[in-house]
Amino acid sequence: MIRLRFSLALLAGGLVLLAALAIGAGVGETAIPPDVVLKAVANRLWVAGYPIDPIDEGVIWSYRLSRTLMAACCGAGLAVSGVVLQSLLRNPLADPYVMGISAGASTGAVAVALLGLGGGVVSMSAGALAGALLAFGFVILLALKAGRSPVMVVLAGVAGSQLFNAITSFVVARSANAEQARGILFWLLGNLSGVRWPDVGLALPVLLVGMALCLWHVRVLDAFLFGSSSAAALGVSVRRVWVTLIGASAVMTAVMVSMVGSIGFVGLVVPHAVRLVAGVSHGRLLPLSALCGAVFLIIADVVSRALITGQVVPIGVVTALVGAPVFALLLIRGRTA
Amino acid sequence: MLTAEHLGWGLRDRAILQDISLTVQAGEFVGLIGPNGSGKSSLLALLAGLRRPDHGTVRLDGTPLPAIPRRLLAQRLALVEQQAQTQERVTVRHVAGLGRTPHLGAFTPWSPQDTACVDQALAAVDLLDLADRDWSGLSGGERQRAHIARALAQQPELLLLDEPTNHLDIAHQLGLLDLVRQQGLTVVAALHDLNHAALFCDRIAVLHHGRLDAFGPPAEILTPDRLRRVFAVDAVVETDADGLCHIRYRVPRRPPMLAAAQKELARC
Ligand SMILES: Nc1ncnc2c1ncn2[C@@H]1O[C@H](COP(=O)(O)OP(=O)(O)OP(=O)(O)O)[C@@H](O)[C@H]1O
Ligand SMILES: [Mg+2]
Repeated sequence: MIRLRFSLALLAGGLVLLAALAIGAGVGETAIPPDVVLKAVANRLWVAGYPIDPIDEGVIWSYRLSRTLMAACCGAGLAVSGVVLQSLLRNPLADPYVMGISAGASTGAVAVALLGLGGGVVSMSAGALAGALLAFGFVILLALKAGRSPVMVVLAGVAGSQLFNAITSFVVARSANAEQARGILFWLLGNLSGVRWPDVGLALPVLLVGMALCLWHVRVLDAFLFGSSSAAALGVSVRRVWVTLIGASAVMTAVMVSMVGSIGFVGLVVPHAVRLVAGVSHGRLLPLSALCGAVFLIIADVVSRALITGQVVPIGVVTALVGAPVFALLLIRGRTA
Repeated sequence: MLTAEHLGWGLRDRAILQDISLTVQAGEFVGLIGPNGSGKSSLLALLAGLRRPDHGTVRLDGTPLPAIPRRLLAQRLALVEQQAQTQERVTVRHVAGLGRTPHLGAFTPWSPQDTACVDQALAAVDLLDLADRDWSGLSGGERQRAHIARALAQQPELLLLDEPTNHLDIAHQLGLLDLVRQQGLTVVAALHDLNHAALFCDRIAVLHHGRLDAFGPPAEILTPDRLRRVFAVDAVVETDADGLCHIRYRVPRRPPMLAAAQKELARC
């Protein structure tokens, strides 16, 4: 019964995701109907040879589809990371950035863009990725020294984030002119407009591997319900699971953030929202969170493009503006249910 | 079946357990008694392999615990901790179902046998009616029983219980200990109620300041002398016709500090 309902939910979610991808690729300055989107994709993938406007086809394939897929990857990756970190750290406030990853990414990006680190050869994304991983390493080291408990990890994350954010602010205040500062702020709040196929070519495999690792461990994640010593008593190799899953979340998050900036809210709120509806069993929670995160971010991206004509609102602003009220509603409903 | 050899464990500056050696036979019900802070929970954690001892070894059927893969160990040995809480919204059935974790691989689907096993465990602790209740709405005793059901669903040979009768009403205390004994498992249980220890245990281990003070059958262990030395209580121990001990406490001697404080108060 429950399994049937879950399968149906998964199927429905998959269909919604496909629809969202079609909408994401169709909406923009020139609206393109979904059937043309499908034809364009068919033309590119299977040389179907549908007679459609080559400009439309180019726009869909080269810009919008890659961008929309990237939104889906980010949404799924951040949501899955959120689920994993909330379970392992036993902290409902944990999100993918709790390990200092987004702070580190912004420092890396700023170091490249403003300080000219890497001598112009290194892209802002590469700088962000390096910064994110550096900050993550710093936080983990600090947490290990401070006593390894989940609370210590979260505290170390807070400390690391503050440190790296301070460095970012310092660099921006010292070296940026108004125009650059605006650009940096924009990047920090999330921006998908620069995404091309090579980016997707990196993000998608990282997402798939990370998700596979997490799905492999759904039972184990369930066993953390009463904490890590309880999980150990249930036969879980706690240390190995921590290293694998926290590492996977960190890498997924770092890769996404380095390409699109730190989009807030998804990793924190999507897992909670799904949990309210689908319960705490990770076998359901993980795949549904991934789907919801993907769809949510695609829609947020569409809204961010359509909200003000001729201008793109940072997607992080949209996720928060749309997500917060929805989440508030869910919380209230979940309480009375 | 379970052997501890010269176990020692401590913090950087303080030894918490010292030189503990004991052997638990298969099918035996061993009680672990001792005052607060004497090291009962710590010893159980060592016996369960959750902590590595600084000295000595724990063996299960002759194999040192670190040499047994965690999952295999959990199929044979279950632990109910003294305090285990969660903020999540879960049902009683979900909690009990966690006991199946060591028996299920990453992709082994949940089977009807697993459901049957969980049902049986829930029935054993009298929780079948509450199976779909939310964890947050449970009373302390119901939570404790759910944890025991989880451990039973693990289908272990060896059950380690840390104060299993905590929070339970008297009927459930006796019922639970009786139930545990009926399962034919090997049990090591930290207990506070000495009468329960006397009633249910085949042998009792007494911990005092992190050392094993004595280990033997209840009638040998529960002497007024030892109770006074270890627990600082005056008690009369009666042995009935079946050879079972019953302990009656005299009004407890007030700890010296408390007595002094009360005298102080009386003077004001
Ligand atoms: N992780 C730890 N850090 C610091 N002290 C500890 C730790 N674990 C145990 N102790 C100390 O070791 C001693 C024994 O603790 P333990 O929990 O084993 O006692 P206990 O016999 O179970 O007591 P109780 O009857 O209160 O449950 C206590 O003094 C406790 O403060
Ligand atoms: Mg204890």
